[in-house]
Amino acid sequence: MRIGANLVIGGTLFALVVIAGVLAPWLAHTDPVMDANLMNAEEPPGGAFWFGTDAQGRDIYSRVLYGARISLTVGIVSQLINTVIGVCLGLSAGYWGGWWDDFVSGLTNLVLAIPSLIFALALMAILTPGLTSLLIALGLTNWSFTCRLARASALSLKSQGYVQAAKVLGYGDVRIMVTQLLPNMLGPIIVIGTLGMGGAVLAEAALSFLGLGIRPPFPSWGSMLSDARDQITTAPWISIFPGLAIFITVLGLNLLGDGLRDILDPQGRAGKA
Amino acid sequence: MFAFLLRRVLQTVPIILAVALLIFVLFSVIPGTFASSLGDDGRNVMDAQVIERVNRQLGLGDPLHVRFGNYVLQLASLDLGTSFRTRQPVTAVLAARMWPTLQLCFAAMVIAIVLGVPLGFVAALKPGSLIDTLSMVGAVSGLSLPKFWLGLLLMYLFALKLGWLPSFGYGDGGLRYIVLPAIALGVAPLALLARTTRAAVLEILNADFVRTARSKGMSERQVVHWHLARNALVIVLTTVGLQFGSVIGQAVIVEKLFAWPGLGSLLVDSVSLRDIPVVQGSILVIVLFFLFVNTLVDVLCALIDPRIKYS
Repeated sequence: MRIGANLVIGGTLFALVVIAGVLAPWLAHTDPVMDANLMNAEEPPGGAFWFGTDAQGRDIYSRVLYGARISLTVGIVSQLINTVIGVCLGLSAGYWGGWWDDFVSGLTNLVLAIPSLIFALALMAILTPGLTSLLIALGLTNWSFTCRLARASALSLKSQGYVQAAKVLGYGDVRIMVTQLLPNMLGPIIVIGTLGMGGAVLAEAALSFLGLGIRPPFPSWGSMLSDARDQITTAPWISIFPGLAIFITVLGLNLLGDGLRDILDPQGRAGKA
Repeated sequence: MFAFLLRRVLQTVPIILAVALLIFVLFSVIPGTFASSLGDDGRNVMDAQVIERVNRQLGLGDPLHVRFGNYVLQLASLDLGTSFRTRQPVTAVLAARMWPTLQLCFAAMVIAIVLGVPLGFVAALKPGSLIDTLSMVGAVSGLSLPKFWLGLLLMYLFALKLGWLPSFGYGDGGLRYIVLPAIALGVAPLALLARTTRAAVLEILNADFVRTARSKGMSERQVVHWHLARNALVIVLTTVGLQFGSVIGQAVIVEKLFAWPGLGSLLVDSVSLRDIPVVQGSILVIVLFFLFVNTLVDVLCALIDPRIKYS
């Protein structure tokens, strides 16, 4: 694929999902939770119900639109938490070095040794299922790559002339890190953040699918798929549309991440060829 | 080689200890206990005396440092405790679930390696061709597919509509039962392996030693066999190792969807039931396996590329 195509296709897909989520109250035909009507149960896609209805007679199209809000909230907020943690730890470890660097490196290796979904599952075991718990669980389990990247960047940047000049000018450590180092490592961090957002959307859907994330009747794409399992023989469309929504969102974010890497991280582009 | 192996194994010891500590702290410092969680559905409030008795029976009333000491002593003797729910030893519960998970992960990785590596190789040897474009579009799509959705679609098509394969369960452990869950689990590593192999081969194609080999008059077959394949193998093997670990984590979802009686479905059920010793034991075993695979891959890489041992 040409450089730019990824960015355009990924950006368009992601923008569509964002628009769907933001405009859900205006675009939806019914209330996603309250408008259950057993008389309309398992209606196939058609004129009145574009994506059909589920076992409770709720409009799947409306629920998919509202589901975008949950997926995007979890994807964006949890990835922001991961990025802030990763950058703070990695940047300070690379800049200060010494025992703090050893501690952060050990902590990163520890987190890397636990598969992130398993770590999130463990955290969900001790938290009450819900949106806040999901944000905490997914926000604390995926910062290690950002941390490693920020640490490596800080290690290579701290000996640069402009950093030495800032020291001579009397800048404090925190000011140097924020104003001199951070802007110069932002490109790769944005790339990892965008790709990580796709992973977070998938993880949220997976946890909700397993019954440990967003609980029914609230319309999370993962929990909608979990409900759809029982109707796979009689009403397969209940499974199609929430899954398609997850796929389009994650595909958009992955393509967007690849496209941003092509622009912001030339070394990554060389490696990817 | 033995020194390298010893060094690599010793490096994992502090990580294992740290993971054990982290798991213990996670499940010990949290508010509420197993006993109080039994009635935490909002309708049933358990009697304080009952909670205290259950806590005493399970040893949850002891001070934290005593419990941690007991936990470490138990671990040292390979005792992972007793399930709160079934009262069976956790090691026995885990042992019964380990083999199905290994079977599933192994089958998924075989699919990923057998299809992903050749696909990446061919795509790199013909950059810009139709096969290159198609395989890379397929790869990015494969990475974006939710496993449980793919699993549902496979189940619907091949089990319910065509009736070719069983829709769920372990059955007699035969090949027919593993096909659908293994495909659902194997698609993401397949996609990643195809991408990684393509990138690795493209990078090596531009290396000086490949140009030198060609200028010496080596045939394209010899260049691919002696220079490309061997050098790309280290990167591919490393990705395989990392993906194997990731597959064990992701197996949780596929096992639950296909009612596969492995560690993953045990972990999810135990999380829902708050059977903490089983949750702790499952996570510890998964992490140990992840570390074992990565150590094995490092050793294999060192065997293929002698530079790694000395770095």
